[in-house]
Parts: sequence; C-alpha cells; structure tokens
Amino acid sequence: MTAHAEPLHGQHDEHHGPPPANQSSRVDPRTLGMLLFIGSEIMLFGSFFAAYFFVRVVNPSAPDEWPPAPYEFPVFVAGVNTCILVTSSFTMHWALQSIKRGERKAFLAGMVLTFLMGLAFLCTQVIEYLNVGFNTGDGAFASVFFGLTGLHGAHVAVGLSLLLMVIIRGFRGHYSPEHHHGVELPGIYWHFVDVMWIVVYSTVYLI
Amino acid sequence: MESPFRSEEAAFRFLLITIGAFALIVLASWISTALGFLTFLGLSAAAVAVYLRQRGPAPERTHVAPLETEGGRRVLVVANETVAGEELLSTISTLALSQQTHFRVVCPALNSRLRTFTSDEDPAREAAQQRLDDTLARLASVGIDAHGEVGDGDPLVAVDDAVRTFDPNEIVISTHPLGKSNWLERGVVESIRARYDVPVTHVVVDLGRGDSAASYLPATDET
Repeated sequence: MTAHAEPLHGQHDEHHGPPPANQSSRVDPRTLGMLLFIGSEIMLFGSFFAAYFFVRVVNPSAPDEWPPAPYEFPVFVAGVNTCILVTSSFTMHWALQSIKRGERKAFLAGMVLTFLMGLAFLCTQVIEYLNVGFNTGDGAFASVFFGLTGLHGAHVAVGLSLLLMVIIRGFRGHYSPEHHHGVELPGIYWHFVDVMWIVVYSTVYLI
Repeated sequence: MESPFRSEEAAFRFLLITIGAFALIVLASWISTALGFLTFLGLSAAAVAVYLRQRGPAPERTHVAPLETEGGRRVLVVANETVAGEELLSTISTLALSQQTHFRVVCPALNSRLRTFTSDEDPAREAAQQRLDDTLARLASVGIDAHGEVGDGDPLVAVDDAVRTFDPNEIVISTHPLGKSNWLERGVVESIRARYDVPVTHVVVDLGRGDSAASYLPATDET
C-alpha cells in the first residue's frame, strides 16, 4: 500500500519490461518452493497416518494384535530395505558434497549408487507386496498398510525420477561447485522421503 | 527458526536425528506402549522447543547502491507507534534542512502473533495506514515532501522490502526506549545495522514521558 508512487530516477532510461521481482523472503525461491511442496507432502502423509492410527487405536473393533492373526508383516525384509534406503541418503549426501568440492567422478558415483539403492528399495517393496499374503480386501489393516507403504513407494518413484534427471544432466557435464542447485533440491526431497520411511517403518512394522 | 529442510545438509542431519529418535521410541514401545507414547511426546516437545529457540544463520550483508537522484539523498524512515513522536519529526526536519532529501516513511503493520497466524491483519494495516497518513500530513504541513507505505508486520522484512525498492543512502529507525521497546528487545536495530552497509540512525522516542523527554542518538556510521 504505497501512499504515493515514486519513480526511481536513473532507471527510466535503460529499463525495459517488467521491474525485477521484489523478493521479500531471504530463502531462495527454488528452495522455498521445495519447502512448500514438502509441507504439503507432510499434510498428505499426516492424513494417511490419521487413518492408520484410527484403524489401529481409536476404532472400537481394532484388532488386539497387529497385524491381526494369521497375517504377518515381513519385518526383516522391510528392515533390510530400510537399511538400503537410509544408506542411499548417505550416498546422496556424499554426491552433493563431492560436486561442491568439484569431484565430478565421486559425484556421479554417488548419484548412481543412490539411484540403484532407491530402485532396489522399490523392487523389494513390489516383491514384498506379491508375497505378503494378504491384499487390500482383507480388512482395514490391509488397506492402511498398502495405503501408507504404497504412498511412500510412489514418493520413492518420484524421487527416482528426479535422481535420474540429475544423473543424466551430470553425465552431460552439468553442475559445478558454484551451480549445484539441481542436485541440492532432489537431495532435500530424497532425505524427506527417507524420513517418512523411518516413520512408516517404525509405526507400521515395529511398534 | 530454521526449517529442517532448508538445505540438503540440514535435511540429512534431520534424517539422522529422526533415526535416533524413532529408535528410542521403538525401544520404549517394546518395553511398554505407554512408555513409547511418552517417549514420543517428550521427544516431540523437545524438538519443538529446540526449533523455536533456534536462531537462523546470520544474514549476508547487503550492499545498498543508492540511486543517482536528481539532487538530494534518500532516507528511509522506519517507525511503529513512535512515528508521530516529536523527536523523530525533528530528526527528519534536521535532515531535510541540511540538504535536499527524499524521504520514504515505512510503518510496519504491527500485529499480534495470534492474529498473524490467523491472517487477521486488516486492523493492523488500517492502524498503520492511519499513523502513516497522519505523519505524512504533518510533514507536508512543514514543507517536507515525504512518501510512505505500510510495511510487513516484521520490521526486518518491512525494511528489506523498502530497501529493495527505494535504495536509501541512510536509514532512520525510531523505537520506544530500552525496556519498553519490543524491537530493541529483539535486536532489530542491530540487525538492520548488520544487514545493510548504509548509516543507520536510531531515534528513541519516549511517548510515555512526553516528547520533550525524547532522546536522540546521533547518526552513526556503525553498519
């Protein structure tokens, strides 16, 4: 709300087109976009967790044991899968640190390893689904199980797409110690996906 | 406050903390469900407390390149309720007399935290606009040509916005005295001095003691 519009002298003669955007936030706009996106993702996961805890705790006809007999969750396989996913966060971090130091080979190796581990996680999850012994129609517990883990799996798939783009661009010579935003943002997303998996694995499989 | 996802490094650190926290929760849950729930509550409360107490990294110093105006310098005036204080008006008059000066007065739309969270900012903006209009009219009555705007409720953001569009040679900030000023408590003046490489003048106005008792801290080049 400006009481009086004031022309900026000295800019009139040379300036063409719209004025540069006035950026109030000190957060980089691209990072801010990712933060807002992650905020919406947290709300999405929150709604699924609400359904999960309702089915398991609040629901008057909630089963006494989890999962209800005779079903079982493949805790060990999922645990190994968790280790794979967490390790992929370490390689992601290594890749970004490498490109910041200008070590291109290490950066590419880190990215490829991250991608392969993410892919291994996703494939293992698909195999787990095929062998878990129940399906979505076998009760509310099965619905929330597939809903939560499937939602997370979809995020892993999105993350893999981002990682693939980074790898392709990396092999084409993109990114440098000065310009690595294209690696940083997928990295943030990948760590977020890992954080969500830790929560999913702990609450659904272990507790 | 800092977001745990503000950078890849911060997100990675947050992941490690999450692993540790959930390991504790799972272990406690295996002992007893209630203990697990309490651990979760305790860790969540601790996380929120740490998050709220965290101070963000010091902002980078911003170079302000004053525009070449047709004669005169550009002074940005930032003030809250003290905007109509005699001492501030006197400072502005002194600056206006010394050489031709273009003033921009920014009145942050001060609001309570609750109203800010609920986006209830209309009354705050109206009050700030009223203060601004009164001040501009008062300045105009003594022949000082000043323009102004209502700024963000956060004085640092309001100054940041104004600096980007006004490119001042000097910033004048007016506050209540120490002990009564929320801005001084929050270190707003120091933050502005640290953030911009232009002289920052701090004017203290004690409205409670009458304007005659106002003290003026002379212009400083501390930046």
